[in-house]
Amino acid sequence: MTIALCVTAIVVIALLSDITWPYFDRRLEARRERREARKAGVAAPYDPGRERRAEQRARELLKSCVNEEEWAMYRDLGLIRVWGGQTGLPADTSRDLRGVPYAYLIYPHKPIVAYLPQTGQLLNEYCVEFPDETRPFGSPRLPDSDDVLAKWMALQGDERRLIAEANLHLPGRQIDPRQVQRDIWRLGRWERERLERRAGTPGPDRATQ
Amino acid sequence: MKFLRMRPGHGEQLIAEGDPEVAEDAERLVEEFRRQLDQGMWAAVPVTSETGRREAELVRAFEEIPSTTDRVIFFPRAAGGAA
Repeated sequence: MTIALCVTAIVVIALLSDITWPYFDRRLEARRERREARKAGVAAPYDPGRERRAEQRARELLKSCVNEEEWAMYRDLGLIRVWGGQTGLPADTSRDLRGVPYAYLIYPHKPIVAYLPQTGQLLNEYCVEFPDETRPFGSPRLPDSDDVLAKWMALQGDERRLIAEANLHLPGRQIDPRQVQRDIWRLGRWERERLERRAGTPGPDRATQ
Repeated sequence: MKFLRMRPGHGEQLIAEGDPEVAEDAERLVEEFRRQLDQGMWAAVPVTSETGRREAELVRAFEEIPSTTDRVIFFPRAAGGAA
């Protein structure tokens, strides 16, 4: 009886170890990484909880700075559209567009995409970052919403200066143009629904529900 | 007036606060403003236009900060990315 129990216990432990070993392995690996990071002089390695709290603070700051419509756009679609030409456009682009309204799509940690809202034509990708080389937690990357706010403020405050600092590329270099076209379509639909809600009339989607 | 700085892994951080009308505070704010710009930060001031739209201004000197503003946001200067 005792032997049978011992054998059963050994089998159970062996089976459980298959499941639990990866967990302990990850913990050990994380511990080793933390120790190495401390040795390398990094104050604190990546901490998802800290990053989430930082992002939450950044979202509050973004909300307090941008217009209500822009905040709703970011919350619902994950991007903000900013109209161009508010503080002076680079001369080359200005000549090319001949007064046609253009806009930018701001994504977190992705290039800014310039496009023509009337036709949906993509103009350029402006690759720009805001690296903080003090790296307080080992990374120079701002929280997503801070990155969006930095782009928004820079475009609002000095479009020419931001564009001059950015690396200019044709559309499709980093962001799939099909995704951008989809986002432009989603944005149009979002705006229509928002207008309908404000006017108090049900849209076609809701009318059929 | 509050000076806020965006920081990786942190969100915004209050780095200075004071009343620019008070000489002692103003001096401290000017000093901090210069220090941030020397560290390569850009300074932006959220403003509301006459039409009620929220906008932002980039300021390069303490004197350019609108007197009505209650906060200045510092963030790392733009650099071309992923070339």
